[in-house]
Parts: sequence; structure tokens; C-alpha cells
Amino acid sequence: MSLTREPVQPLELDPRLGDRVRIEPLDGGRQTMTMSMGPQHPSTHGVLRVVLTLDGETVVDAQPDIGYLHRNWEKIAEYMTYAMTVPFSDRNDYLAAITNELALVQAVEKLTGIEVPERAQILRIIFSELQRITSHLLWFGTFGLDLGAVTAFLHAFTAREYCYRLFERATGARFLYGYLRIGGMRNDVPDGWVEDLLSFVDQLERTYWPEFMRLLIDNAIFIRRTKGIGVLKPEVAVAYGASGPVLRGSGVKYDVRKADNYLPYDRFEFDIPVGENGDVYDRAVVRMYEMLESAKIIRQAVKELPDGPVMAKVPRAIRPYGEVYHRVEGPRGEVGVYLVAAGDTNAYRARWRSPCFVHLQLLPLLARGHLVADVVAIIGSIDIVLGEVDR
Amino acid sequence: MPEWLVAVLWAILKATIALAFIGVNFMFLVWLERKVSARMQYRVGPYRVGKPHGWLQLIADAIKMFSKEDVMPAAADRWVWAAAPVVVFAPAVLLFVILPVGPNFGVQPDFNLGLLFLSAVSSFTLFGIFMAGWGSNNKYSLIGAMRAAAQLMAYEIPLVLAVLGVVMLAGSLSLQDIVAAQRTYWYVFPQFLGFIVFLIAAIAELNRTPFDLSEAESELVAGYFTEYSGIRWGMFMFAEYTNLFTMSAIAASLFFGGWNGPILPPVVWFLIKTYAFVLLAMWIRWTLPRIRIDQLLDLGWKFLVPVGLLNLVITGLFLV
Repeated sequence: MSLTREPVQPLELDPRLGDRVRIEPLDGGRQTMTMSMGPQHPSTHGVLRVVLTLDGETVVDAQPDIGYLHRNWEKIAEYMTYAMTVPFSDRNDYLAAITNELALVQAVEKLTGIEVPERAQILRIIFSELQRITSHLLWFGTFGLDLGAVTAFLHAFTAREYCYRLFERATGARFLYGYLRIGGMRNDVPDGWVEDLLSFVDQLERTYWPEFMRLLIDNAIFIRRTKGIGVLKPEVAVAYGASGPVLRGSGVKYDVRKADNYLPYDRFEFDIPVGENGDVYDRAVVRMYEMLESAKIIRQAVKELPDGPVMAKVPRAIRPYGEVYHRVEGPRGEVGVYLVAAGDTNAYRARWRSPCFVHLQLLPLLARGHLVADVVAIIGSIDIVLGEVDR
Repeated sequence: MPEWLVAVLWAILKATIALAFIGVNFMFLVWLERKVSARMQYRVGPYRVGKPHGWLQLIADAIKMFSKEDVMPAAADRWVWAAAPVVVFAPAVLLFVILPVGPNFGVQPDFNLGLLFLSAVSSFTLFGIFMAGWGSNNKYSLIGAMRAAAQLMAYEIPLVLAVLGVVMLAGSLSLQDIVAAQRTYWYVFPQFLGFIVFLIAAIAELNRTPFDLSEAESELVAGYFTEYSGIRWGMFMFAEYTNLFTMSAIAASLFFGGWNGPILPPVVWFLIKTYAFVLLAMWIRWTLPRIRIDQLLDLGWKFLVPVGLLNLVITGLFLV
């Protein structure tokens, strides 16, 4: 076996960490081991490489190494027209295609001042929330898998399949929809779709959700594996720009849906679940309760779904001028689009603000001092999608 | 025929039957595991190869496994690496010697040191796992092997402690005698604490979820057997499932009266009770998440060992 030979440097701790994680420098005789977790590893959620420095099984340092999925989104977006960029934005966070499209589409709408019909607005809410549920279901499954619970994974996929059928019937695609258009939606939902959506919401609330809680979240082993692991203090979370469930898990009650009201969310009642300790457990529980809140929003939105067109009158060539930053609440946090438009059909500059990229920077902070098994749990709890990290 | 020749032929016949059973049992268990997990996960499981319910699946898998390329890591410790599957495999088969299949029926029915043999041979698996982990020259394998060493040592002791309670009651180390002594009542009643300790320790010894830390798919890729492919990998699986059967058989014999039972022949009772434990282990595996290495060691040393000792004290007082 080849173990590293260089003497170990005492670590400089992040002052924001406080006393929570204390790393003793190794004494003279001991050596650390550098281990590459990924890019091919069952629980790096895509192609992430984490360079772990280990003392035994204790993590001395964990450095994420990204870029294995880089597709140059931002540059390509600058070469395609705004409309062409919409389906391409699906590929950023492929588990939340709708919220990605929404961010881009609304950014362009903001630039051009296009008024979106009300039915499309409400449909956008319904689809964003449904997307949040699918994304959290996938998170639940893979997180269970990270902790060794295979059954949870497949149960989550059963529920998720239901969502995907709904998506497929409305959009024609299961995964990457290209459903939103600048000025509305590509098409209205088919007949009977809304009823099926409601029956899914029912089943989620009555069957799936309680079952998932019993199966994994309330399990004693799960609680012991997650409580007090990867603690993220609220001030650190804010300092790092965390958003979404990661931020809310730390107890910061902040949600773009409430703060920005980019869609008529103010017409619906829903809570923002927050955690207390900011550990892996809290982040997990926050996501679980967010599913229920999304279900609640869908129920209300369906009631208020008006008749009418789903697409506004939009000029054939969109040539906006100016700059805009628009953000929406994706399942993983704040998804932001920054566009500089110079009066052309394509953006002069496009920039994507992805929550996973921000959250991944927290990994070394959260992982230090824990065990290898905890690193897996922490990666799962910050719910990264590498497509979004690398773009 | 001279007496020695009869003995030799008899031994060969028994060994052949035992080995054939091990092979068939392995295939059945793998198929069963897939079916049980599928049932728990709202899936179908193997279905296409052989009807009903894909019973030929494992034959197809075996052909695939045999014909796969045998990949050896370039920097592996050749002989240690190559020998490891065999070293893991051998004790799994050896343990069949002591199984009390029926009244004075089994590979070696009058083996009066059965339980000593059990604890001696089952701990041998550790060598194989460690050889695999070390020989692979892979850090994941190494960590897996280290975990296995810590885990198997930590759980060997409570396992023996749990078994000792039964030995004290029956006054014998022979599994035949222990089963025969349970004609009137099962030892699970007086030895309930011991049974719990045995159950937890046995699942840990078997490296199954929630104690599958040495292979821990989501943490260590596949742990000690990451670098094994094809039939070498198959041998690890073979050992794992054979051990599962053996441990279940021993649990049934020690605590649930083994082959004792009304109406049906003893062998059938033995198999029913054994497979009930196999199903229990599968159920646990597909329900629980994995625990962490420090929690595992805590559970072993700080909970199971004291409880096992307490059980011995209680049993001793009861006998006095």
C-alpha cells in the first residue's frame, strides 16, 4: 500500500466553525491517507470527485473536485436565441428542469415586459411544486441509498414514477421537458390531468409520505446516523450564500417564494419548514416537510386555476435590451439567471447562479472531523446535482 | 467390503450430498433474496429466465460469472489476492460438518465439540476478508478489511457468550445433544437475552445490513471485494449465502429446537426453521439503513458483551 509520506501540516480551521469541529494535528509517527472518492463512486450523486485526507477513517480534509460534467452552458446560451436556451437550461439541474426553465423564461419576460396569462402563472406554480416533490422524492431515495437503505430508494422511485407519468402526459417528456415558453407554456394540460394530479397529491399525503417517514426518517439507526453530523450554523450558512433546504435546515426562515413572490405565491397559504440544529437530520426533515407544503400549494392552486389561454402574444424575434437578475426557488435552493441583453436575439452575457455549486463549497467545512460514512451522508444531505455544479 | 472402505465411501457420499446441497442452496438463496427484496420494493424480481418466477436466473448468472474476464489489479499482491476467495469460501463449507439436520443425522452427527468448531472456523473468514482487502492494493478495500477485522473481532465474543448460555443449559457442546435436549421446550424461552445477543451478533458476523460495513456499497464501493470480478466475486457471494444458511441453521438449532417438531420429518422441520431465520435476515437487510463503524463497535463492546455476560450470570444462578 502506498500511504502519503509527506509530514502532515497542522490544519488551519475556518474561524467561523467555532468549537464545533476540532482537529488534532497528528503526532509524529502517524500519517494521513489521501483517498479519492469519485468521480466513479456509488454515492457522489453524479460525477463528483472528493479528495479525502483521512486519518484512519476520520476525515481530516475533504476537497471537492468538480468539472467532470462541464458543458459550457453559459457560453452556449450566449450563442443561442433566448427561446433556444430554454430547453437547454433543463440540462443544468436535470432533476428540476421546470424550475430551471422558469428562472430563464421569467428573466427574459422581465427584460421584455411580456405579460404572462394568469392560467399559465398558476400552471407554472403547479409544475414547480410538482417538480419540487419529484426532486425531493429522488433525494429521499438516494439519501436512503447513501445510508444503506435500498428499499427506501425503490419506494421513492415508485412514487416518483407517478409524478413522471403526470409530467409525460402534460409535456410529452419524462425528464427534460422544454415545457415553458417565454410568455407562457407550450401547451395546456390535457383533459383529466388535474384530477390525476390531485389523486397523486392525495396518495403522497396519505400513503407515500407517512410510509417514507416510518421507513427511514423515524428509524433509530437513521437518527443516530444523522443527528449532530455535518452541523451548519445559521451564520455560516448565510455567509456562504446557502439557500433552499440547506439554509432552512440551519433554522434560517428564508424562501424565495415568500421573499420575491416571482409567481403569485402570495395567494396561497404554506409554511416554510425550518430545522433547529442545522445537521444532516434537520436538512432531511426539512425536505420531507417541504414535500407536504408543496402538496398543499398544488391543492390550492388547482382550486384557483382559471380558464383562458396559456400563452401570451409574443413577438417572433425577442430582442430585449438591458440587464436582469432573476431568481426562483428551486428544490435545491435559489436558482438565479443573470442576463445582459444588447438588443440581439441572443444574450450578450448569460450567467447561472446554481445553489448546488454554492452548497458544495460547504462540504469541507461540514465533513472535517467526521468519518467516511458521514461524508456520504453529508453529500446526500446537501443534495447536489452535478449537472448544476458544473453547468 | 472392508470396514475402512465402507467408511471412506460413506464419507465421500455424505460430502457429495452436502456439497450439492450447498450449491443448490446458494442458488436458491440468491434467488430468494432477489424475490424477497423485490416483494418489499414493489417489484417483480427475476422473472424472465425460467418460469415460474425466473427460477433459472441463477443458472444464467452462474454461466455469466464463469465466463467473465478474470481481472486482477496490476499492483495487487498476487497470491494473497488470489487465495482470498478460497480462504473465505472454505470455512463456509466446513461449517456444514456440524449442522444437526436430524436425530443423529448430518455430515458428522456425533461431533461432540460442535460449537467450539463453530467459533473456531467461523472466525477464520476474517483472514480471507483481510487478505482480499490488503491484497487488492486499493484504499477502499483496505478500509473495508480494517472494518471487517474490527467488526468480526468485536462480534465474535458476544456470539460465543450467547452460545455459552445454551451450552450451560444443555451441558454439551454437541449440537445434536443441544437439539435433543430441547424436546420439551425451546431454549429461546429461558435464553431470550442470549437469543437477542446471538441474533445481532450473527447478523454482524454475516456482514449483512445493517452491519455490512466491510462492503458498505455506498461508502466503500464494495469494500474488500471491490477488485474482484467474475467467479472470484461469485465465491465471496457463495461464502456469504452459505454462511447465512449455516448461521440460520445454528440459530434454529440452539434456540428453536432444531429438528424437533410434530408430524413432519425432522429434516423438514430443520429446513423450515432455518429458512425462517434466512427470511428474517433478509427482511432486516431490506428494511434498515446501515450503521456507522463507531456505533457498530459501541454496540458490540458496550452493549452486547455486557448483556451476554449478564445472561451467563443469570443462567448460572438459575442452574445453581
